[in-house]
Amino acid sequence: MIETANLSKHFGLIRAVDGIDLNVREGEVLALLGPNGAGKTTTVRMLAAILRPTAGWARIAGLDTVREARQVRRIVGLLTEAPGLYSRMRALEYLDFFGQLHRLSPAQRTIRSEHLLRRFDLWDARYQRLGEYSKGMRQKLALVRAMLHDPLVLFLDEPTSAMDPYSARQVREAILELRREKRTIILCTHNLGEAETLADRIAIIRRGRIAALGSVPELKRRLLGDPLFELRLGTSLDGLLPLLEDLVQLREYGDNWVRYTTQTPEMVNPRLMQRLIEHGAPVITLSEVPRNLEEVYLRIVNEVQSDAA
Amino acid sequence: MDTSLPESKEITLRERLYLALVVTRRELRDSLRDWRITTPIFILTLLFPFLMNFTAGMARDFVLHYGGQNALIAERLNPFLLMIVGFFPVTFSLVLALETFVGEKERGSLEPLLSMPISDGELYLGKMLAALILPLAASYLAISVYLTGMVLSAGWLPEGLMLLQMLLLNSMEASVMVSAAVIVSSQTSSVRAANLLASFIIIPMALLVQAESILLFWGQYDVLWWIIAALGVANLILVRMGIRIFNREEILAREVDELNLRSVLRDFLGYFLRPPEQALQRGTYPPPDLKRMLCHDIPHMLRTHWPSLAVVLLTLVGAVALGVSSAAQWPLPEGAIRLDTLPQDTFERVPQLGFLPRFSVTGVFFNNLRALALAGLLALFSFGVMPLVLLMAPLALVGFFAAQVAALGYSPLVFVATFILPHGIIELPAAIIATGFALRIGAALVSPPFGLDVGQGILLALADFLKMFLLLVVPLLFLAAILEVELTPQIVLAVYGVHS
Repeated sequence: MIETANLSKHFGLIRAVDGIDLNVREGEVLALLGPNGAGKTTTVRMLAAILRPTAGWARIAGLDTVREARQVRRIVGLLTEAPGLYSRMRALEYLDFFGQLHRLSPAQRTIRSEHLLRRFDLWDARYQRLGEYSKGMRQKLALVRAMLHDPLVLFLDEPTSAMDPYSARQVREAILELRREKRTIILCTHNLGEAETLADRIAIIRRGRIAALGSVPELKRRLLGDPLFELRLGTSLDGLLPLLEDLVQLREYGDNWVRYTTQTPEMVNPRLMQRLIEHGAPVITLSEVPRNLEEVYLRIVNEVQSDAA
Repeated sequence: MDTSLPESKEITLRERLYLALVVTRRELRDSLRDWRITTPIFILTLLFPFLMNFTAGMARDFVLHYGGQNALIAERLNPFLLMIVGFFPVTFSLVLALETFVGEKERGSLEPLLSMPISDGELYLGKMLAALILPLAASYLAISVYLTGMVLSAGWLPEGLMLLQMLLLNSMEASVMVSAAVIVSSQTSSVRAANLLASFIIIPMALLVQAESILLFWGQYDVLWWIIAALGVANLILVRMGIRIFNREEILAREVDELNLRSVLRDFLGYFLRPPEQALQRGTYPPPDLKRMLCHDIPHMLRTHWPSLAVVLLTLVGAVALGVSSAAQWPLPEGAIRLDTLPQDTFERVPQLGFLPRFSVTGVFFNNLRALALAGLLALFSFGVMPLVLLMAPLALVGFFAAQVAALGYSPLVFVATFILPHGIIELPAAIIATGFALRIGAALVSPPFGLDVGQGILLALADFLKMFLLLVVPLLFLAAILEVELTPQIVLAVYGVHS
C-alpha cells in the first residue's frame, strides 16, 4: 500500500530525510519512532503529498505522490501534530468544510460526521465553538477530520498526546478497528507502549534514515539479543546445569533459578522441560524476562549520541 | 462510503472553481464572525459616507458664503470624496489578505488544509477571493450610501462613466493590494513579518491615491483610465507571480525569516562560476576560468536566452516606431536642424550642454555603463519593465530625429548611418544584451526557473547578468565609447560639416 525508494528531503544543506526505503502492506500499522527532528514529520508530509521529495519516490496505493498528488490526498487522512482547528467554527461546520474539499456528497458528510462525532463522544459538543474545546476534544476532532472521508491510508502524528486516559483508549481502539478494516496506518509517536501495542512493525528513524525496522520481537532480538528466559525450580540446581548447557546459553543462575537465552524457544523450551521432568526436577515457573521497546529505542538513540560525539 | 481508488481523470474547471469557492466561503464566514473585522467595516461603510456628505456640504456652504463657484467645487470635490469613501473600506482587504496563509500557519490550521485534495492554484484563488469580496462589497455599499446622501442633500449624481471609473479604480486597487498581500503572506513565516512588509504595499498605494486626488481636483479624469489599465496589468503580474511562487512546502518548512548571507554568497558564486548547464548543481564550485567563461559560457547563455533578447529587440523596434510617429505629431520648426551647415566644433561644444556626459572616451563609457548597470538594479523593483523603458527612450529619440530630418529634406538613412551606426553597431548589441539579461532578473521575480524559489531565481539571474555584463557588455561599451568619441564625429563632420 505504501512504497518508498530512496525517499529524501533536503532543506538547503540539511538532510531532513535521507534515503528512506519502506514497504507497508495493506492493513498494516507501522509506527515511526525517533527523537525530535529525526525526520518523522517530514517523511509523513512527503507520503501525504504535501512535500515534494528532493530525491527518490513514494507511492500510495500505486499512486505517485508527486505526479498524482491530488489523488493521493484523496485517499489519505492526515492527523497533524497540532490539531489546527478554526476556533470560530462549530464541529459540524468544520467537518462539512473538509468534507466538501474531499468532494463528499451532503448526505455522506452528514452521516460520516454524526457517526464519527458519536464514536468519539463529541456529538453533544457539536454546536460548541471549537475555540471552547479542551485539548483532548480538539485532538479527537482532528482525528475525526482525518477519518471523515474513510481514507485507505491514515497518517497519525501523536494521536493520543494531550488526551486523558479514557480518550486515549478510545483512539487506540479506533486504530485497532481501522486495522481490522484493512486500513493502512502510519503512526508517529513518542509513546513507546502505544507503539508496541498497536503497531505490526516499528521503524526507528534517526538523522533522516531508518536505523531499525521490524516487528517488536524482531527488533528486540536484533538489538537486545535472543529472548531471555527464567526458570525456577522447586529444588536446587546442583547437578542439573549440565542438562541445560547443551540446549541453551546460560546467562546467570542462583541456587534454584537460572536465566538463559535461546534462538528457538519454541523448540528448545519443551525439550528442556521434558529433560527436567525426566530427572525429577520440579519446575515452578518458566517465563520470558520482559524487555520492553524502550530498551531497543534507547539503544538506537544512544548510538546516535555516541556517533555525534 | 466509496473507498475505492479515485479516478485519475482531469478535474474540470467547474470543479476547480467549486473547490476554490469552498475555501472562500469558509474564510468569509470566519471573517464575518470576527467583530474586529466587522465593526470597522460597518463604521467605514455606513458612518464614514455620512461624514463625507457632511464634509461636502460644509465645503460647498463655505465657498458659497465667500461667493465661490459652487458648481466647480461640487464638480471637483464630490468625485474626490466618492473615491475616498470607496477606498477606505478597501484598505481592509490588505489586513485580511496578509493573514491568509501566514495567519493560518501560525494557528497550525494550514497543514490540514494543505493535505486536502486541492491544488495550489485553487487554494490561492479561494483565499484571494475571500480577502477581496468583503472589502469590495463594503466599498460598493459605502459608495451607495454616499451617493444616496448626495442625491438627497445636494441633488448631485456623477455621470455613469465616472461612477464606473470610481468602481473600477477601487476594485483594481483592492485587487492589487490583495494580490501583493497574499504574496507577502505566502512568503513570510509570521504575521508580524507580513505586517512589516506590508509597508511596501501601503506606501505605493498611498502615493497612488494622492496622485489620483490631484488628477481629480485637476479634472484630468481621462488619465484615471490609464491608471486603471496599469493597475490591471500590475494585478495580472502579481496574480501570476503569486501562483507561480506559491509553494506549500516552502510555507510549511519556513520557520525563520533569517537572511543567511553566507548561503546567499555560496549560491551566487556557484551560479556565477559554474558552466551555465551545471549552474543548478549543488556542492562545490570550480575556480574562476576566464577562458571557459568567454569561449563557452557566454555563447551558451546567448543561445539559451535568445527569447529575452528577442523581446528587447522587438521593443526597440517599437520604440523607434513610436519616435517616428511622434515626429509627425510634433514637427520641429523649419531650420531647427541644419545638418548641411554643421560647424567643425560641434562635438567640442557638447560639454556645454549640462544634461549630456563629458564627450570623452571615459565620459561616454561610464555614462553608458552606469545606465545599463542601473537597468539591472531597476529590473528587481519593476518586474523587468524599467530596463526596457530606459533603453526605449534613446531609441525613440533616434526614431524621432530620423523622422524629423527626413521631414526637413535630409536622408534619414544617411543620418542614422553617420550619427548612430559607427558606434551603435557595437553599443546597441551591448545594450540589448544587458537589457535582455536585466529583463530576466525581473522575470525571475515573477516566475522563478523550475526547481528554484524566488530568492534563488533572482540570484541565478543576477549571476548571469553580472557574468554577461563583466565579460561581454563592459568590453563592448568601452570599444563603442572609443568609436563614439574618435570615429563618429569624424564621419558626421565628413558628411555634414562645413569645410572652411
